[in-house]
Amino acid sequence: MDRLALDVAHLFAGGLVLVSFMLLYQDRMTGLVNNFALHALVVSLAVAWQAHIQHAPHLYITAAIALVVKAIVIPFALHRIIVQLGIHRTIETVVGIGQTMLAGIGLVALSIIVMLPITAKAGTLTQQDLAFALSVLLLGLLMMISRRNAVSQVVGFMSIENGLILAATGAKGMPLVVEISVAFSILIALIVIGVFLFRIRERFDTVDIHALHEYRGERP
Amino acid sequence: MAIVLDLFVQIAQMVLVLALAPLFTGFVRKTKAHLLRRQGPPLLQPYREVLRLLRKDVVLADSASWVFRVAPYLVFATTWVAAALVPTFATGLVFSYAADVIALVALLGSARFMLALAGLDVGTSFGGIGSSREMLIASLAEPAMLMVVFTLSLLAGSTQLSSIAEFMQASDVGLRFSLALALIGLIMVAIAENARIPIDNPATHLELTMVHEAMILEYSGRHLALIEAAAFLKLLLYVSVIACVFFPWGIAVSGQGPVAYVAGAGVYLLKLAAGGLLLAAFETAIAKMRVFRVPDFLGAALMLGFLATLLLFVTMAR
Repeated sequence: MDRLALDVAHLFAGGLVLVSFMLLYQDRMTGLVNNFALHALVVSLAVAWQAHIQHAPHLYITAAIALVVKAIVIPFALHRIIVQLGIHRTIETVVGIGQTMLAGIGLVALSIIVMLPITAKAGTLTQQDLAFALSVLLLGLLMMISRRNAVSQVVGFMSIENGLILAATGAKGMPLVVEISVAFSILIALIVIGVFLFRIRERFDTVDIHALHEYRGERP
Repeated sequence: MAIVLDLFVQIAQMVLVLALAPLFTGFVRKTKAHLLRRQGPPLLQPYREVLRLLRKDVVLADSASWVFRVAPYLVFATTWVAAALVPTFATGLVFSYAADVIALVALLGSARFMLALAGLDVGTSFGGIGSSREMLIASLAEPAMLMVVFTLSLLAGSTQLSSIAEFMQASDVGLRFSLALALIGLIMVAIAENARIPIDNPATHLELTMVHEAMILEYSGRHLALIEAAAFLKLLLYVSVIACVFFPWGIAVSGQGPVAYVAGAGVYLLKLAAGGLLLAAFETAIAKMRVFRVPDFLGAALMLGFLATLLLFVTMAR
């Protein structure tokens, strides 16, 4: 495998980590959804490049699914949901972008420290992809716990799934059936989450999940 | 003999940056004016400003101490020495054996420290605001700059700017995502450090949000001339650093003879023109940021620097 192929793979996987940080940084709903579309676009490019250098044609299907479902269909649906909820102009009060960024950097460092020794025997490509995939996954989790708005949490959840796809393509031999079923379960999840969002809004007049806290029974 | 030639090249570069710095600022101003469909001041206006200020008397505030009087000379001297460390048209500078790129960051940091002290010294409220804001910017811009420096040094295996430039020019660096991140981070730092538009407006004395101009408000005469010249030098320095590290094509490697040096100088002028055009276009296209958004902007630069270093470790683990 020549160096340029590796470098391009590194470019796309690193780009995915960077877009994850952009998701953390973004505090406008519309921008967030557009950023998520970019996230999905980068992941489909990364997968397509893997298909090219691994000579694995079935990965092209995975890339196409990621492109159509997550870069076009889901952002479109999310835009509609945001407009219907009437939150497309609101700026989310993110708690300390600086601290979140620093925590994110820590998570990336952690995943690199954890992944590089474990995967030392695997190929360079797998090693890189797994380290970056774990970072994307952890950054998605960070996004889910640092945001209060339910829609941003959904975006965080979807970005975790993108990280999973990157990990799956890096490890050779992931069956296509599994990837297709994951992609479709994400679509189903979107539908369920969409219904839930509207139910939450009807019940509490907001999609800020802090409104749910008093119904958890922890506080009197 | 070789050392004499290197010394000559070093001195030539020092004189060149000093001579070109006001012209570069004038070029940026002229381009910005043209983009706004104005005539703009002539290209040589910054030289005239400096010369006029040098002829004028100094008006000192009663409360000014020796710090206020010494600061302009120190600021100018440290900035000039820092600029001498940057390869412009040829690598293999003699000074780079004495001071590497981390020392360059430190020199710029001490220049900023002196300026902030001078801003506080007179005791006007405006100077104090300027100094505190400058320090707010510096506290984030400096670590970001250092992270970019670490990325480059790890990649090139050297902290000397000359060697880094030679490495970037000679070997097959390949397609490095870290370098792209470092470039964007460095550009953001350069914009913040030189008080350019999204952070500060270099053309006004009137806004309440100004940073650099607030600190030097009390200066006049030759002191002001030196500070202005240092500001011109600093802008040229950052553009030269970006040019020599990320766009190193055409820089003469030491010992290549006079033809390569002349060609290198020509290419350097072209790079400066391109940098000036891009800077002017960027500044015209964008609006100034609120001061309290600045930490977010520089936090992003810091994040890019960190990320560049971290991603480099993944690549180097091969």
